[in-house]
Formats: sequence, C-alpha cells, structure tokens
Amino acid sequence: MSVTTPGQTTKRTTTRAADAHAPTLKKTERREALAGALMVSPSVILLIVFFFIPVGLAFLLAFTNARLISPTISFTGLDNFTRLFEDPLFWRSLRNTLYFAVVVVPLQSGFALLLALLVNQRIRGTNFFRTLYFVPVVTSIVVVSILWKFMYQPDGLVNNLLQSVSFNLIQGTDWLNNPGAAMPAIMFMSIWQAVGFHMIIWLSGLQTIAPELYEAADIDGAGRWEKFRYVTWPGLRNTRTFILVTITIAALSLFAQINIMTNGGPLDATTTVVFQAVRIGYQQQQTAYASAISLVFFLLVLTVSLVQRYLTREKD
Amino acid sequence: MTTIAQTTAQPPAHSQTRNQSTGARTAGGYLVRILLALFFAFPLVFMFVSSLKPDQQIFKDLSSLKAFLPVGDISLDNYTGVFQTAPAARFLINSVLITGATVLLGLLVNSMAAFALSRMHWRGKTIVLAAIIATLVVPFETFALPLVWWVNKLPWLVVQDFVPLYSVGWLDTYRVQIIPFIANAFSIYLYYSYFQSIPKDLDEAARVDGAGWFRIYRSVIMPLAGPATATVAILTFLPAWNSYLWPLMVVQTENLRPVMVGISYFQQLNVLWGQIMAYSTLITIPVLAFFLVFQRAFVSSIASAGVKG
Repeated sequence: MSVTTPGQTTKRTTTRAADAHAPTLKKTERREALAGALMVSPSVILLIVFFFIPVGLAFLLAFTNARLISPTISFTGLDNFTRLFEDPLFWRSLRNTLYFAVVVVPLQSGFALLLALLVNQRIRGTNFFRTLYFVPVVTSIVVVSILWKFMYQPDGLVNNLLQSVSFNLIQGTDWLNNPGAAMPAIMFMSIWQAVGFHMIIWLSGLQTIAPELYEAADIDGAGRWEKFRYVTWPGLRNTRTFILVTITIAALSLFAQINIMTNGGPLDATTTVVFQAVRIGYQQQQTAYASAISLVFFLLVLTVSLVQRYLTREKD
Repeated sequence: MTTIAQTTAQPPAHSQTRNQSTGARTAGGYLVRILLALFFAFPLVFMFVSSLKPDQQIFKDLSSLKAFLPVGDISLDNYTGVFQTAPAARFLINSVLITGATVLLGLLVNSMAAFALSRMHWRGKTIVLAAIIATLVVPFETFALPLVWWVNKLPWLVVQDFVPLYSVGWLDTYRVQIIPFIANAFSIYLYYSYFQSIPKDLDEAARVDGAGWFRIYRSVIMPLAGPATATVAILTFLPAWNSYLWPLMVVQTENLRPVMVGISYFQQLNVLWGQIMAYSTLITIPVLAFFLVFQRAFVSSIASAGVKG
C-alpha cells in the first residue's frame, strides 16, 4: 500500500532512452505519476488510518489487556479467547445472532423477490406501490425501533390490530418482555424495515433479463411457473449471491434494534454478538476483550459469505 | 403483461372467459398490492398522526381506527414541546453539518482517487485498487471498537495564541464523526466503474490542448459523471444521517450529538410518547423529502449498487 513517488517511475522511463523524445516523455510521465499520487493520496491515507490500521488493531488488541483509558498495555496471549469461550453469555449471543440470521435471511430475501415480481409488472400505479414499499428503508432503524417498541406494548397497536383482525380470537402478548416472543418480534420488524431495499436489488436483476427469453418461452408454450423456473431464476444468479451475502452480513450485525428495544433482554433472549461487543468495549471500556469478540464476529461473517459464494457459484 | 398476447391468440369463444378471469386477476392483484401498501405504511402513518395528539388521546385511540386519523385534539404542541424537552435544534444542526461535510468531502476525495485509478498511469495502481476493493467485505462492526481506542490516541493540531501545539484524542468532537467516513471504498469503486465507461479520447484531446491532469478531472470528466455523483451522494447521505452506533460511542457532550443519538432524550423514565413521535417525524422528514424528490435517482442508484456489487 505505498503511494507512488516520482522517483520510482524513472526505472520504467529509462527503457525509452533511445526514443528521440525521451526527455519530454520522461518529464510528462513523471508529472503524471506525481499528479496521480497527489490525487489518490487523500483517500489512501484516510483508508490506511481509519480502515487498515483499526482492522490490524482488532487482531493485535485481541491478544492484549488494552482498555480504553489506560496507559499500560501488555500481551496476554489467548486469555481473552479462553475467557470468551467460557462465557455462557457469549454463546448465548452467538446462538441468538445465528437464530436471527437463519430466520431473517430466507424470509426477507424471499419476500423481497415476491415484491420485486409484483412491482415489475407494468400495470397502472406500479411506481406508486414501489415507492410505498420502499419508504421504511429510508426511515432510520433508530426511529423504526422506537416506533415499534411503542406498538409492541401489551395494550399497544399491534395487539389491538391482531384482535380486531381475528375477531378477538388472537390475544397478543407483551411482545418485548416475553423471552419466546421478543426475538420473533424484532425479526418481523427488521424484515418490515429492510425488505424494500432488497426488492429494488431483485428488481434491477429482473430488468437485466432479456425480454426475448420470455418471448421464446411464450412460443414454447411455457406457463407462469415454467417461465419463472427456467428463465427468471437462472437469470438472477448474480443478484442472488449479492442479496444473500448482504442480508446475511446485515443480519449478523444486528445491534440498533436490540440496543433500543430490549437491551439484550428479557433473560438474555435477544443479546447479540455485536451488542455484547459494544457493551463490553464501550460501556465497560474493555477494548481488548471486545476486540476478541469482534474478531470472532469477523470470522463468522467471512465464513458465511465464503460458503454462500461457494454454494451459489456458477456450476458448469 | 403477456396475458394480452395470449388472449388474442385464443379462439373467440374462450376469450370471453379469459377476459373475465384476467379482470378478476387484475382486481386481485390490486388488492394484494393495496394490502401490502397498508402493511408498509401503517406504522409511519400512525407515527405522524400520533405526533399531532396529546399523550392521553394517543392511548385512547389505540383500539380504533382513530389511531390512523388526525381527529380529536389536534395541535402542534408536541413539536414545540420537543424543542423545550431537548436541544433538538442543536441535534438537527449537528446532523446537517456532519452529513453535509461527509458527503461533500467524500464526493471530492473519492472521485479524485477514482480518477487517478481509472485515467492515469503510475506504479502500484493495481495493488491500490485491489486493496480498496478488498475493504468492501469487512463490515464496520468488525473494527468499530478498536477504532474507538485508536481515535482516542490520534493527535490533532491546535493553534493557541499563535503557537501551533498538538492535542491528543479525537473523542467528543465533530471531526471524529466526519473524517473517518470521508474515504469510502464503495464510492471509489462506483466512480471508478463509471469513469471506465467514459471514452479515453476525451481526455487525450484535452491533453493535446495542454490541459493538466487536475483540469481534465475538473472540467472534462466530472461534468460527465453526474449519475455517479448522484449515486455516491445518496449512498453516503443515508448512513451519515442515520448513523447511531458510532456517535453513541465517541460523543458524550450533548452539544455535539447528532439526531439519532439525541432520541434517547425522550426515552427517560417518564416517556413522552407524543414528543417522541414528533421528534421521529422531524428527523425522518428530511430523508423522506429527499427521497421523494430524487426518487428515480435514489432507486436506480441502489439498484446499480446491487448490480455492480
């Protein structure tokens, strides 16, 4: 990651010494290299300071006893990791995070695909519906979480709606204070908020499929389902990988909803890996231990996206 | 979409029943779409309507359709209340400043980098490009906590009585909310792929005319890169305005807080729901208005992000 200096380019330009224009060429090339370095360096420097160094630090600090405000620091080997793997709360948060991801990823991507198929049909008002389905996405997850926290109260809007829709057959619960119901409630809300985003991405994938393929399918007498199965689905291969990876990463990063709605409760039923990392690293200021959690989180994300890329790879 | 073509191909006897079923299907299709629209809109309608009502009435209306209708004791009291309960104006100004600075500086810095990567020849270019793309797979949550520790150690130049000195630690500042988010690998990548589609003849012609590199960037390439600029602006605006985790950790001083962190003000023991709804509406409206005005660019930019990613 070194920024090119003008001196480095001379090696390349000397090979052109035989050229009659050598001196001017050399000068312009050198100038180009200098200008290029100047233009790229703000980004490169910022990325080094605010991305590469902190990522490296995550690896380093995980093996120390660093605290947010403490001048001394020493290596402690694998202490943080042994402590981590013996901590039942960590396993609980890992389980909750995976539970959230395993439910949300297929439901959200499937629902998003259905919505995309709906708004891809050219009927009157499609634009209007697409806009409405997308509006929760532009609403901050912080606002959404507070709003739904209010709606999920025992005598709140959700329970009232459930009662009137089911003619008093369904009695809701105290959603966020019921250990079995809290996580599903947060899942439902998270899908409501984010599904529009993935609808748009599916939609862009749908629109890259050549209309001729559908015409050919019509001539062959294909029905709706066959067209979806043999034209649409294979045509969405790249979109599928992208959507699976982004939804999974977002699901594994679950934090804001938890922090605002349940604080990890009730009975640790909704605590997550990132929530734990923030609680330990920021509230308890144990940077090193939190770095160890972050590292585990990173490995989780990396494994999942590699596996998904492998499973959805082009099979030839 | 294809049913019309099918019906015309059918013999006339069948086409009548066909038309009926198509009509029923269209009606059914609209019903599904409208139900979905209600599903996505009802919480936000409820939020806006409640922001106009006093607390007792919000609770009273919960059990009927009145929850979604601006009826009863309607006023803007909650909105004036918001500014009395919390320094809401301050939060809004902070967010405008932070978001504006992040977006504008980001546009400049990332487009310049992409220009150098796409148009110019220099050593190490491929390594730099590969390193930038590699950063895309690492979520922010991975290094957020080490980053807090790190920014607490960073120096900053201060001039006191005309003497340049340096201070240590970026916590509790505006800069800690702006500078780490200026350079963005995804923005660089979006600009880069857009620049690649602009013919190279254009800048070569400008070079023959004696234009320098910066001039080509500013007067030839950037004016042609409008759609890329719109995309990058939108994709940096949203997370900057909505940022929550980062300011929660690095800002303690009330006067420096952005809007999303400020919301905790209304979540104290005695929850003022009407004011929460009013404040939520206030901080959502800028994004919503921005979205409705630039809807087409918004949707296509997110779509392009998906295709290219």
